[in-house]
Amino acid sequence: MDTALLVTQLMNGLQLGVLLFLLASGLTLVFGIMDFVNLAHGSFYMVGAFVSASLVLALDSFILGVLLAVPIVVAVGVLTEVIAVRNLYPRNHLDHVLATFGLILIFDELTHIIWSPEGISVPLPHWLQGQVELLPGVILPSYRLVIVGAGLAIACALYYVVSHTRLGMLIRAGASNRTMVGALGIDIKTLFTLVFAIGAGLAGFAGMLIAPITNASIGMGNDIIITAFVVIIVGGIGSMKGAFVAAIIIGLIDTLGRSYLDDFFKLFLGDEAAETSAPAISAMLIYILMAMVLVFKPQGLFPPKVR
Amino acid sequence: MSVEAKTNRILPIGAIGLRGWVMIAVLAFLAVGPYTAHVLGQGFYLDLATRLVCLSIAAVSLNLILGYGGMISFGHAAYIGLGAYCVGIPAYYDYTSGFLHFPLTIVVCGLFALITGALCLRTKGVYFIMITMAFSQMVYFFFVSLDEYGADDGLTIDYRSEFPVVDIEDGVTLYYVCFVSLLAAIYIVHRIVHSRFGMAIRGSRSNEQRMRAVGYNTYAYRLTCYVISGVMCGYAGALLGNYTNFISPEMMDWTRSGELMFMVIVGGSGSLFGPVLGALAFLQLEDQLPHLIQLLGGAFGDLGFSELGQGIKDFSKHWRLIFGLLLILTVLFARGGIDGILKSIERRRRD
Repeated sequence: MDTALLVTQLMNGLQLGVLLFLLASGLTLVFGIMDFVNLAHGSFYMVGAFVSASLVLALDSFILGVLLAVPIVVAVGVLTEVIAVRNLYPRNHLDHVLATFGLILIFDELTHIIWSPEGISVPLPHWLQGQVELLPGVILPSYRLVIVGAGLAIACALYYVVSHTRLGMLIRAGASNRTMVGALGIDIKTLFTLVFAIGAGLAGFAGMLIAPITNASIGMGNDIIITAFVVIIVGGIGSMKGAFVAAIIIGLIDTLGRSYLDDFFKLFLGDEAAETSAPAISAMLIYILMAMVLVFKPQGLFPPKVR
Repeated sequence: MSVEAKTNRILPIGAIGLRGWVMIAVLAFLAVGPYTAHVLGQGFYLDLATRLVCLSIAAVSLNLILGYGGMISFGHAAYIGLGAYCVGIPAYYDYTSGFLHFPLTIVVCGLFALITGALCLRTKGVYFIMITMAFSQMVYFFFVSLDEYGADDGLTIDYRSEFPVVDIEDGVTLYYVCFVSLLAAIYIVHRIVHSRFGMAIRGSRSNEQRMRAVGYNTYAYRLTCYVISGVMCGYAGALLGNYTNFISPEMMDWTRSGELMFMVIVGGSGSLFGPVLGALAFLQLEDQLPHLIQLLGGAFGDLGFSELGQGIKDFSKHWRLIFGLLLILTVLFARGGIDGILKSIERRRRD
């Protein structure tokens, strides 16, 4: 087996994994604390990509564009929460799903109106366009390393915030017993808005990271959000640790499955049979994994503590 | 409430209430309206009505598990797609007999519903929503990766399913086949819901623990119900495939499942005829909303605000924005959907 290719694919898998984690962490936070199902979470991913794309092009600076885009996406998150989402918390999950489905349509159309239907490509600065020789013979685009590094840094920061700060304490307390946190005099409304906005910011950041590779396009969030759902189902809804582990596993399995499954099938199938069946099976791989996890652990790998 | 009164609430026998009249009116219209339009040379309405009736069957099937069973499936579009591919793939190999297509649809959709349902029903609440969604996305990606059958670009069905005597190659015949199927679907759901089986399903929606304590194996009941619904939806998909003569994975994109849910909820979940009203509302919105916005723009233009009028006219291509807003407003303010509104009018009248 080609080592260089394997390392490249591992890095690609890791890249997908950290992006999924950035999305899934917000989803799982919002669900764990507000008991709210947000289909429109992928819209923040898209909004992040578009806002940063425009800013990068306008300011001619990648770093500045991304730094300015994050607070904008957070603000969009706050607005969404205050206008629409807040009124939905007391409703059941079915209502959440329908209303946030409506939100997706609104976000997609608004993006269509503000930007163009074609999508925007984001140029990378020169110093990120290069390639790095990670191991002898293993050459990777440096921007991929930046994505993985930024994602892992955010994961560490999130871990620190959730487990070592007062805000994190409130988040954990909110996840295990909302009513009690409210009864202890914490402003639950603001906490909810804050958590929702953090989730939006994380999703938006993921969109900004991927925009230079895949371009900002309408509906880009709707595809990845399903995979993010699979991640939190596998990890256990409401669990941050579960989201991280499952995101990395699923990122790796999806990427490696697509590149190696046909070779694997060739071991015991004919060449032709392997080549026709491998793409179909590899597209289904993560769902098969999800089904297997559900058979053995219906609550996911890291089920949240009983509320 | 006596059993009789309860029956009347769902299917108005005896005193036909407002909801009963609406149902009779809509069905009567569907029975003659599209044919009349066709005869008058307005074939477009026959097409629209065929689509409406097919989607209505799918919505009725979803309502069986969502409205009556409390199983919120966000993956029903997968069955529409599976049903359509069960017509398309055999037709691709020149097997055009309807006696192959439809039994195949029933077997494939039944098996898929049995396997995924067995897994999905191990979970509850939001897990169930997401897992049904994920499985439908799995089917979507499965067909996207099948290059032989057109992958993303879809597959053209050259010949519709062939049956002796009934020739559905003819648009009017196909429409009446669909229409009769819709009537059958409504009748089947009516019979299921009022049977002992249906009572157990509805019981396990309101209080599963109690149903289990009474001695019902709720899991088996729900799974059976889930499979029935899946097969019914697959049947609708097979009809839809026959109607469009074209199938693509896009038919089972998760947003399609969302639209099916929209039909059930807006029409009124857990009411026999609600989903048909919902499908009607959905197709009307999809079809008419751009025109309505254009009309509004035209009106402003006539009043002298030509720029504003033109602006509104240009806005009509963004009708999905209005659609999304309507969806949110429905969820927030009109619980029970159209059927709920009719019901409250009925009640007010009686008082």
